[in-house]
Amino acid sequence: MAKFTKANSVGEWLDQRLNTTALNKVLMTEYWIPKDINFLWAMGVLLATTFGILVISGLFLMMYYKPDVNLAFDSVNYTIMQEVAYGWLFRHMHGVAASVVFLIIYIHMFTGIYYGSYKQGREMIWISGMLLFMTFSAAGFSGYMLPWGQMSYWAAMVITNLFGGVPIIGDALVVWIRGDFNVADATLTRFFMLHVFLLPIVIMGLIGLHFYTLRIPHVNNQSSEDIDFDAEAEKYLSGNKKESKVIPFWPIFISKDLAVLGIFLIFYFYLVFFHYNFAMDPVNFDPADNMVTPAHIYPEWYFLWSYEVLRGFFFDVGPIKAFDIGLAAFGFANAIFLLLPFLDRDPAVLPAYKRPGFNVWFWILMVDLIVLTVYGKLPPTGINAWVGFVSAMLFIILFLVLPIITKADAKKRGA
Amino acid sequence: MSNDTNRRDFLGYTFAAVAAVGGAASLVGMKKVWDPLPSVLAGGFTKVDLSGIKAGEPSTIMWRGKPIFVLKKTAEMENSDRDLVIGNDRFTIAIGLCTHLGCIPAWKKSMWKCACHGGEFDASGKQVFGPPPRPLDLPPFSVSGNTLTLGEEGPEYKKIASAMKA
Repeated sequence: MAKFTKANSVGEWLDQRLNTTALNKVLMTEYWIPKDINFLWAMGVLLATTFGILVISGLFLMMYYKPDVNLAFDSVNYTIMQEVAYGWLFRHMHGVAASVVFLIIYIHMFTGIYYGSYKQGREMIWISGMLLFMTFSAAGFSGYMLPWGQMSYWAAMVITNLFGGVPIIGDALVVWIRGDFNVADATLTRFFMLHVFLLPIVIMGLIGLHFYTLRIPHVNNQSSEDIDFDAEAEKYLSGNKKESKVIPFWPIFISKDLAVLGIFLIFYFYLVFFHYNFAMDPVNFDPADNMVTPAHIYPEWYFLWSYEVLRGFFFDVGPIKAFDIGLAAFGFANAIFLLLPFLDRDPAVLPAYKRPGFNVWFWILMVDLIVLTVYGKLPPTGINAWVGFVSAMLFIILFLVLPIITKADAKKRGA
Repeated sequence: MSNDTNRRDFLGYTFAAVAAVGGAASLVGMKKVWDPLPSVLAGGFTKVDLSGIKAGEPSTIMWRGKPIFVLKKTAEMENSDRDLVIGNDRFTIAIGLCTHLGCIPAWKKSMWKCACHGGEFDASGKQVFGPPPRPLDLPPFSVSGNTLTLGEEGPEYKKIASAMKA
């Protein structure tokens, strides 16, 4: 055992036992951040805060929510919304945060893509981030089910049915996932477990991993300059703060993050108090009915793009059924972002505006995702079906040509 | 035992084998927890009286929480080898869930149309438009007189099921 002398303060007492001074250095005061980054790099802190809001508001909701097909709808729409003091506030905070968290995730993701932050040495940051996105998607979907309204029910019906596309065991797999022949009480209770326990725990673990992945390659910067963090940190610590290209995360850099967070929270609470309806689909205020499908079902806005890829393929090609093509395309859309660091064949880390071909690719992808999102909400009939098909095809083609485009960019630069 | 395998390796392999058996057994247990409960499996039979059904107006019966379409065909409707023939009447029996993603299609004049993704099924349950990959599914049933029992595989069911496969 280490030698303990009498401590003169609580801080010293903890430091002797937990080495808090060294921990504080590694995590905060000597965690180095490049100076050359803009507000888009604040999204990590925004996401951590939003996740905190989700956990805390979720705890309060869970105290009154009843995971039972006969009670769930009223426990949300009567007990929480009408009886519990400020229950409406916690529900709206939870619902709006669940929607806004995806907006910030998308900004965070596309910032990474634009500045090449997923490349050479930073692959694990990207992969752990995409795993977080997938787990957040699962958490968002399982939570959407819990109020047991019509949209909840049919979303569960459609999503669980997707597993029917698995060869051979598909039908049995769907019954197993639901725990019944259709979406029923067993389905609700197991999704409740996933939403309030298993998925949040997995998310917390992945957040830890995601932070840790930054430790060795460090944060990228606006010009994608390759900074020698050790040398720059040396400069900073020796007092040469002006020349050093880095600053400590705490207390210097965090002040910028907190400024962005302040603006974000104004926007967030504006939504919570004045526009919470955007995260509350009117159809979901009808109790779930397994014998009536709503006229038009669609997911929340953040899933629309992949939903449109799923249903974009509406005709059979030879012996291959449209359903299977759509399902394969959907699987492709959800998995392909994981492989991005390996599809980008340009050996240099550069922001998109310094890579002409990639820059065009990036903005076409942005426009395509917006088109997919808009058409994902419209009924898939007539011309809409064709727009959906073309934009879903374009999405797939973009990823297939990415290695060629990035290779060509590198060649043109003479690399 | 060969010379390069010592007692510590042996203990390691033994532990790994015990852990693998325990791990596999736990997975079986976890899989079974998510299986449908016996009460769910037992509640899977529903009887339907076909005598009161009007031609050309499909009725919907709930079986295992799913809608079942029973349509008595009118004279104008095309015959199909999935028709259930009882006396002079021809019936279409189908699970009323779109074979694309499971929405319930609604009867519009002469066909079932699915609002979700635009799939359409004719009076014989065959897909005629949109993304559905196959005709409406056939629920297992047996027939005695004018009564249909859903959940049991009778000879009429087997005949229609094999005709649909061909």
